[in-house]
Amino acid sequence: MSGCIMETICSRGRGLRLAKQHDIEQVAGNGLLDRRLFLLRSSGLVSAVGAATGLAATSARAEPLTVAEWTKTPGSWFTPYGMPSHFEAKVARGAIPASPYGGFGPGSVRAPLQFLDGMITPNGLHFERSHNGVPDIDPEQHKLLIHGLVRQPLTFTREALLRYPMTSRISFVECAGNSGALYGANAAEGTAQSLHGLLSCAEWTGVPLSTLLDDAGIDPAAKWLVAEGADAASMSRSIPLAKAMDDAMVALFQNGEAVRPSNGYPMRLLVPGWQGNMNVKWLHRIKLVREPVMAKDETSRYSLLLKGGKAAMFKFQMDAKSVITKPSPGIGMRGPGLYEISGLAWSGNGKIAKVEVSADGGKSWAPAALSEPVLSKALTRFRIPWRWNGGPAVLQSRAIDDTGYVQPTREQQIAARGSRAQYHCNLITSWQVAESGEVKHVYA
Amino acid sequence: MSMHKIALLTLTLSGLTAGAAIAAESPKLGQPITEKDAAAWNQSIGPDGVGLPPGRGTVKRGAEVYAAKCEICHAAKGAGTPADRLVGGQGSLDSAQPIKTVGSYWPYATTLFDYVRRAMPLNEPQSLSAEEVYAVSAYVLNLNGVVNEKFIADAKSMPQVKMPNRDNFFVVYPGNLP
Ligand code: HEC
Repeated sequence: MSGCIMETICSRGRGLRLAKQHDIEQVAGNGLLDRRLFLLRSSGLVSAVGAATGLAATSARAEPLTVAEWTKTPGSWFTPYGMPSHFEAKVARGAIPASPYGGFGPGSVRAPLQFLDGMITPNGLHFERSHNGVPDIDPEQHKLLIHGLVRQPLTFTREALLRYPMTSRISFVECAGNSGALYGANAAEGTAQSLHGLLSCAEWTGVPLSTLLDDAGIDPAAKWLVAEGADAASMSRSIPLAKAMDDAMVALFQNGEAVRPSNGYPMRLLVPGWQGNMNVKWLHRIKLVREPVMAKDETSRYSLLLKGGKAAMFKFQMDAKSVITKPSPGIGMRGPGLYEISGLAWSGNGKIAKVEVSADGGKSWAPAALSEPVLSKALTRFRIPWRWNGGPAVLQSRAIDDTGYVQPTREQQIAARGSRAQYHCNLITSWQVAESGEVKHVYA
Repeated sequence: MSMHKIALLTLTLSGLTAGAAIAAESPKLGQPITEKDAAAWNQSIGPDGVGLPPGRGTVKRGAEVYAAKCEICHAAKGAGTPADRLVGGQGSLDSAQPIKTVGSYWPYATTLFDYVRRAMPLNEPQSLSAEEVYAVSAYVLNLNGVVNEKFIADAKSMPQVKMPNRDNFFVVYPGNLP
């Protein structure tokens, strides 16, 4: 055993009661425990659990029970489309930005990551980014055009696409601008939502793009395609044909229901693991071409300004990244004791192989448990038990994907790119836990 | 092997075979269309300028279009706010406060035509004539000192404009960035 609670707790002089838990393994500094602790049956730590979770001993006695009002009155009748409990109103895509143009124009709203658990983002909370509003598209009139370097240009209605064999995959979408504030010189104040919430994960169902391209007949001269939306920005992006043939999809369904208007109704492009902006919403045109078109959103935007004034364009993959959502700013600690640290890890290059967590600002690391399923290019939930002794702590997580890529520290990322890159920021986030239990974003 | 693992394996295998079958057997429900009939949507203009429409626009005419259609958001002479600054910033990219504009950052002039025609003015996208788009492009390029006041934007001249920052752009794909 690499360390023990007894040493940690006793050396800080906190409660002899905890000294009994000598067989719970502390696996990294400042109270991080073996990730198997919560997996009662499969771990050899069962004997320790009683003591570890001995909350009855530490909590005040519960009030005597009374029968609640809602148990004594009939509940509400059925509704055609279910909504969350009104008690959950704070779980929302908060802070609707003001539009300087009178209710239209570019903008975004973010997923409340710190209030969610599991790997899936509910449709009403999926982050939104658009460049001139959400169009109100009549699915009967919408068409998808495939043209350019093809044998036969074709248009597809939604109805036609619904007759195609479908595939499903669970995939994250992350805006390339997500977490961009962490390039800044000072640690921005914010929550998991406001700093990292341009990130969501859904089950997408639709037609493989390769099927539709094959229908049109790909001219061997075609190397790229231009995908364009039917919105008032006619947002367009160049995408390598190789990606289109690999795992791109024309998605019609999001978590089982039609793709939401804010996510591209009636159809969107899904290019798993690549810049969110390339997952063109309201998809209505795909043109096969020899060379990229150099659209505004792949030159002026979504390119990285590096040291020396160099600009990197067509950096597509969202590299491995992770963030702790619990605890996190706004989701603080309530007194010393046993907690679960939980968060999200993902990689646009494959599966998450490992997530490590530190409670001492990166001095020591412990492996977290990964919740199944662990899928390529999907959010992966990680968890690790932590006995908080009530003292100061800096929590960090780092993701390692199955290519061996390790999420970089802030120093490493800034050294490689400078601090004006704006996009693709995937450095390690630090949450500082104060003795009051409050959590805030810091640079450690 | 546990039941769970067997179930998962079967799922994966059936997923694979289904995927292969899809590629082979499409119901082929696309409706043929000619490029001519698709022309109203065919608005992408790459650096080679292929597809640029007939017409031309002067800097002077562009100043009029700009005052009428753009200034309210991009301010006089492209100075910016509330919408993006369109002019200046040359030499600022390697400083602590880089100013990215059409003149300081954009690698291709054709992007200006492509983007303004599809998306601007923000409140009335796709309302400008080709002549107006050429003219306002010429004006924005001239404000940036990229072309002189005699420049006439058209299908021939736009792809020939060399943007000052072009050589600072490099392509990452198919590689990756540290
Ligand atoms: C109602 C406000 C409004 C009007 C009018 C308007 N724009 Fe814009 N413009 C914007 C906004 C907002 C953006 C940013 C769009 C985005 O982020 O996707 C923008 C972006 C641009 C850009 C890209 C800037 C960059 O560096 O990426 C150009 C070029 C541009 N506008 C030119 C024009 C021209 C030319 C006109 C007149 C024909 C015009 N705009 C009229 C609001 C406006």
